[in-house]
Amino acid sequence: MSHILSLVTFLPLIGIVFILLTRGSDATVARNAKWAALITTLVEFVLAMVIWIKFDGTTAAFQFVEQGNWLAPGITYHMGVDGISMLFVVLTAGLMPFCILASWNSIETRVAEYMIAFLALETMMIGVFTSLDLVLFYLFFEAGLIPMFLIIGVWGGKRRIYASFKFFLYTLLGSVLMLLAILAMYYMAGTTDIVTLLHFHFPPAMQTWLWLAFFASFAVKMPMWPVHTWLPDAHVEAPTAGSVILAGILLKMGGYGFLRFSVPMFPEASHMFAPFVFTLSIVAIIYTSLVALAQEDIKKLIAYSSVAHMGFVTMGIFTITHQGVEGGIFQMLSHGVVSGALFLCVGVIYDRMHTREIAAYGGLVNRMPVYAACFMIFTLANVGLPGTGGFVGEFLTMLGAFAANTWVAIFATTGIILSAAYALYVYRRVVFGELVKPALMTIKDLSPREFAILAPLVIITILMGVYPKPVFDVTTASVRNLITEYNTALAMDHAPQVAARLPGDSK
Amino acid sequence: MTLHADLIVLLPELMLAIGAMALLLVGVFAGDRATGLVSWLAIALLAAAGVYIFAHPEPAKAFHGAFTVDGFSRFVKLLILTGAALCILMAKEFFAIDRTQRFELPVLMLLATLGMLLMVSASSFIALYMGLELQSLALYVLASFNRDSLRSTEAGLKYFVLGALSSGMLLYGISLIYGFTGTTEFAGIAAATAATGANIGLIFGLVFLIAGLAFKVGAVPFHMWTPDVYEGSPTPVTAFFVTAAKVAAFALFIRAVIAPFPAVIHQWQQVILAVSVLSTVLGAVAAIGQTNIKRLLAYSSIGHVGYALLGLAAGTAGGIQAMLVYLAFYLITNLGMFACVAAMRRDGESVEDISDLAGLSRTQPHYAFALGALVFSLAGLPPMFGFVGKLYVFGAAMQAHLYIPAIINVLASVIGAFYYLRIIQIMYFDEPKRGLDHDTGPGTAVIMWGSAAISILYFVMPGPLLAIAGTAAHTLFP
Repeated sequence: MSHILSLVTFLPLIGIVFILLTRGSDATVARNAKWAALITTLVEFVLAMVIWIKFDGTTAAFQFVEQGNWLAPGITYHMGVDGISMLFVVLTAGLMPFCILASWNSIETRVAEYMIAFLALETMMIGVFTSLDLVLFYLFFEAGLIPMFLIIGVWGGKRRIYASFKFFLYTLLGSVLMLLAILAMYYMAGTTDIVTLLHFHFPPAMQTWLWLAFFASFAVKMPMWPVHTWLPDAHVEAPTAGSVILAGILLKMGGYGFLRFSVPMFPEASHMFAPFVFTLSIVAIIYTSLVALAQEDIKKLIAYSSVAHMGFVTMGIFTITHQGVEGGIFQMLSHGVVSGALFLCVGVIYDRMHTREIAAYGGLVNRMPVYAACFMIFTLANVGLPGTGGFVGEFLTMLGAFAANTWVAIFATTGIILSAAYALYVYRRVVFGELVKPALMTIKDLSPREFAILAPLVIITILMGVYPKPVFDVTTASVRNLITEYNTALAMDHAPQVAARLPGDSK
Repeated sequence: MTLHADLIVLLPELMLAIGAMALLLVGVFAGDRATGLVSWLAIALLAAAGVYIFAHPEPAKAFHGAFTVDGFSRFVKLLILTGAALCILMAKEFFAIDRTQRFELPVLMLLATLGMLLMVSASSFIALYMGLELQSLALYVLASFNRDSLRSTEAGLKYFVLGALSSGMLLYGISLIYGFTGTTEFAGIAAATAATGANIGLIFGLVFLIAGLAFKVGAVPFHMWTPDVYEGSPTPVTAFFVTAAKVAAFALFIRAVIAPFPAVIHQWQQVILAVSVLSTVLGAVAAIGQTNIKRLLAYSSIGHVGYALLGLAAGTAGGIQAMLVYLAFYLITNLGMFACVAAMRRDGESVEDISDLAGLSRTQPHYAFALGALVFSLAGLPPMFGFVGKLYVFGAAMQAHLYIPAIINVLASVIGAFYYLRIIQIMYFDEPKRGLDHDTGPGTAVIMWGSAAISILYFVMPGPLLAIAGTAAHTLFP
């Protein structure tokens, strides 16, 4: 039982080996590759659910821990999950089968390679969330760039080369600085073991630099304004499933990184930089929402809306209140589902019309009522309507922000109004109105396969909105522990100053 | 110590020297028909020397301390022998397809390897210079081995003229050091500098010495010869320059600054830091515009020299360990890389343009996969071998508090990633051109696949190499 995390991390590699071993005509290989990928991802999902069921939500300690020798003393193969990371494993494993299904017919060239890239990507993504060693984490974090680069570059749209290079180089630039910070931490603490480092006290001056280096990496990954410009390009050019993974999982690595490393390991610096993060988050929420209003391309619009929603996440995390952090985690999970589903919705009409331009559509509700209903639920969830998953996260982050800084909360709220504006605006233009475009006259509603993809996501979205308890059951203990330790660390740093001030106060 | 005991220490080198002469005689009598036989015998000789070195780990000194066998020399010698043997194998198949095989090639490679082994073990400047010149003279001839090709002869001539210049600088530096310390033995110089500290004459000598050594490893600003020589030489010979010869030059560099000058580290550290930073930045930027793959790899190798020198600049056992790991990665990955380049042929003719790889992932997916893995490894991306190399080098720099050079170098590696990605783009994203030939020769294919497999799978078992490199590095710091 204790090896379940290694299993869930490396199982996709077995799927890859299977695909590599299939021989025969191109059609046979393609069909076998699809089925192998689907079965592998479904088994992954089952394993992730087993982890969730066996997970003990009452403790903040790491569970399912594995440890073995690896690079050097202090740099080990260490795996484990806690309340913060566990649900991301579930999210990753849960979205992957949808990605494979969504690519079933839309990917026609080099199918086997495509499936291999996705399975490799799954290993890297799950590894990011399960590794408990910084070097191991970095290895997964950056190795994931390679399959994503290939997915955008080989199966992407017209400007795929530009988009893939931009994606790769932007992310790499942020990551390498983090690598140096990791090495500096290794020589300071003698280990890169995350569990040990969580309780290691770095000198405050050093914390500032380390925090900035980690921030460079996670801010790009998140992405935060103003380093978000790679995201719209990557989203627009990536194939549908690539966009789903990009929005659903890869962006969450940034938020996860803040929660796992920046806040608990560098509490002093996090405290110091919190206003800075708030400012960037507010700018992201308002500015990218406005930019989203002006988009002509549906995917680009969703991409900008992702940047705005990630603004809520960073805001919530850096309030470092219980509501804010839990809200940030919930927002990441619900956005993972909702934005993934939105990209799948775009994929549905893109497969039919081969355009993403908003102006090319209109009146779809007349011929595609089921599709219109699904699309509406995801749009409303994206806006944050109560009763959908999007509401819970946004509400909690705002609650946290209100406690930390009222102005931040006020500005963030305007973002919600703007998000309603752009989301409903695009929905009206695509779905409502008269069906006048000749090309749309024969468009068909959801096929059974597409319905099978969207229906579960609709259920999950609503379930997250009305019954979020299972999620909070997992996260609460870990978040509470995170905040307690953060406050203890801050108090410890300030204690000498307070003591020094006391004699003066008594005069 | 008797002469007999001295010679025992030198046994692997003697084997190569006598073997090379014997093979020369075989070649003279049997002619070019015997190239295959001579190549296999040369590989066997190198393997025998390797086995001997592997089986005799005990440290020894010979010829009044001018020749040292220790963990460091053992590690580097095994790398060099591996590189040389595989290059001979590659050359045998490469020239066989061209029908220009000559028996002198393996013999010259053997002699060059002999020079490398001598310079790795040299612990006095006289021994160092002799080993270096033996190696260099053989390499000059190898560079112009395609004697009917204008580019190849130009490469040889350029290499010879500039190499002679650098040897001159090196000698001048050595003579100054001798003048100011009174000895050419490393141990003696270390004692003298520890006693007197750095004086201006010694620093002059040191700078000339480092300039000469930087030339031999191809570091900026003494890098001008590398692109021309690497492009002009026949591919297996370029592979030999990039792998075995460069590793040997690095080992020489390490020993020649660490062993005699530990007391004046602050004098040479800054020079090496400057050279390191310049090399990575220039290597990364200048490679972007290249269209010839060998020229591109030349700039890439300039960049790698910069990263490796960062470990030397740290001046610690950790830094040298990092460098040795880096050299192992560099040698293994480049062997595979050049095997791929050697396999680039269309209708039997060797092609060297990067655009000739267009769409390789469709026409030859396996070949493209191996090349892709090697390219990512050279770029230093996890989980490839190159990542572990970079990790250790940067780790050593951080440990020695060389923050600014480390940051510049790591940013240069991002710029460098661009041109590596371009190779991937051409192979995977672009539309196929006319495909390349499929028959590459079994040896070349084995090198290519072995190297790719090690590059991908190294992270599974990184411990042993790291441990051996650590032990080897510590022998330099008594």
